[in-house]
Amino acid sequence: MSNLVSQIEFKNFNFYYGKYHALKGINLGLSKNKVTAFIGPSGCGKSTLLRTINRMYDLYPEQRAEGELLLDGHNILGRDIDLSVLRAKVGMVFQKPTPFPMSIYDNIAFGVRLHESLSKAEMDERVEWALRKSALWDEVKDKLYKSGMSLSGGQQQRLCIARGVAVKPEVLLLDEPTSALDPISTMRIEELIDELKNDFTIVIVTHNMQQAARISDFTAYMYLGELIEFGETDRIFVKPSKKQTEDYITGRFG
Amino acid sequence: MQLHSKRKLVNKIALSLSLGAMLFGLFWLAWILFTVLESGILAFSVDLFTQMTPTVGVQGGGLANAIAGSGLLVAAGALIGSPLGILVGIYLAEYGQSTLLGKLTRYVNDLLLSAPSIVIGLFVYAVVVAKTGQFSGWAGALALALIVIPVVVRTTESMLLLVPNSLREAAYALGAPKRTVILWVTLRAAKAGVVTGILLSVARIAGETAPLLFTALSNQFWSLDMSHPIANLPKVIYEFAMNGDPNLQRLAWAGVLLITLGVLALNIVARVFFRQQHSN
Repeated sequence: MSNLVSQIEFKNFNFYYGKYHALKGINLGLSKNKVTAFIGPSGCGKSTLLRTINRMYDLYPEQRAEGELLLDGHNILGRDIDLSVLRAKVGMVFQKPTPFPMSIYDNIAFGVRLHESLSKAEMDERVEWALRKSALWDEVKDKLYKSGMSLSGGQQQRLCIARGVAVKPEVLLLDEPTSALDPISTMRIEELIDELKNDFTIVIVTHNMQQAARISDFTAYMYLGELIEFGETDRIFVKPSKKQTEDYITGRFG
Repeated sequence: MQLHSKRKLVNKIALSLSLGAMLFGLFWLAWILFTVLESGILAFSVDLFTQMTPTVGVQGGGLANAIAGSGLLVAAGALIGSPLGILVGIYLAEYGQSTLLGKLTRYVNDLLLSAPSIVIGLFVYAVVVAKTGQFSGWAGALALALIVIPVVVRTTESMLLLVPNSLREAAYALGAPKRTVILWVTLRAAKAGVVTGILLSVARIAGETAPLLFTALSNQFWSLDMSHPIANLPKVIYEFAMNGDPNLQRLAWAGVLLITLGVLALNIVARVFFRQQHSN
């Protein structure tokens, strides 16, 4: 683990919803081009932790973070950080598919247009690239100008992944990306995640323990706002060092 | 067993009461529509759309000037009122949701929403007509715009609030600035509702008489000049219906039927549009 570069690093990180202390003294390093899963029971703070990496909490004035959060060695918690630039580097996919009310093509081009000015041909190329990366191209290549809402739930979610990928971020945050999908769609997304980690650092929040075991390289177990245990997924699931982690993973609680 | 049969009885009574209430309401509505149709259809002819409003004792004539004038007034009122209403609605939903200014604006808007239209007419009379010394189409359009604004503000705000927050977050997560999120994502998602609000506000002002009495006044002749008094259906109906001349009364009914059909058409368009957007 020590020979891996930490792309994202939490140092003595705390998070508050108003007065409620939601994340307590988190110290954690996430490796480049690996999949890290955050697991833990509902309300443990795993989604909250994920949403700090692209500073989603900035939308809500009562939420604030303390400590340090380093992306490529730079603290991104400062006021002087350009959120638009940060979010171009850190993409995010949500629990429920959120296609924009526009065509499939425009759904993908939307994010790209925010950060780059491409010619029509370059944009066409980028859209195709992103759709291929997200294993959606073959299904939608003949209806790029149809509404993104016309796709099935699983396709919509892959469209959202394509939308995030199209901006060419370094990190991709996935907030329970398959919890609203059927098993087949879930399987396709999991296969996709496995391919995407060649290009991106992936952080995924999941309720599904088997999913974490299947797709992640590292796992962080959280409970009541604290990071209980972090390590290689194989070790965490086979030989957790903390009793709490073992109880959760074996289904004795949670 | 006894408990269940008692519940069934109560259910039957409640159901018949609500059915009765519905029939009571529908009865009057059907009667009104029937009367309007029966009396209005008599004056329906080509003349209605080509001839000017007649004076007392003159036979024939139509409502051409009033139809054109009404169309102009309603269009101008909607064109002035809708953009303002949409902008205020965006402010309330996206910027001033819980600010003091937002709450105050929402409160004042609700007051305006329920303000009697005659008050609005008098207001425009005092502010525009009395100051310029001239009844005019513009004054009428302004009065109608003041009725449109609160309706559009309300519908725009509630339609924007219906857009799930996850959609906003998804747009922000791509690095979009707030104005882009609102213009390209939220407003687009709420488009059907916003347009429906505008159409319904147009339907509302199409039949307004009171605000025009003190502002646009009326005009016996063909005129599209908005800086002078201009003919309009509600005012013509008001005048002609009061008159003893059966020819004028006939035309008044035709005017009522025209407005009713217009409002009906707008409502149907609004519904169809809303449904199409939502089935997308």
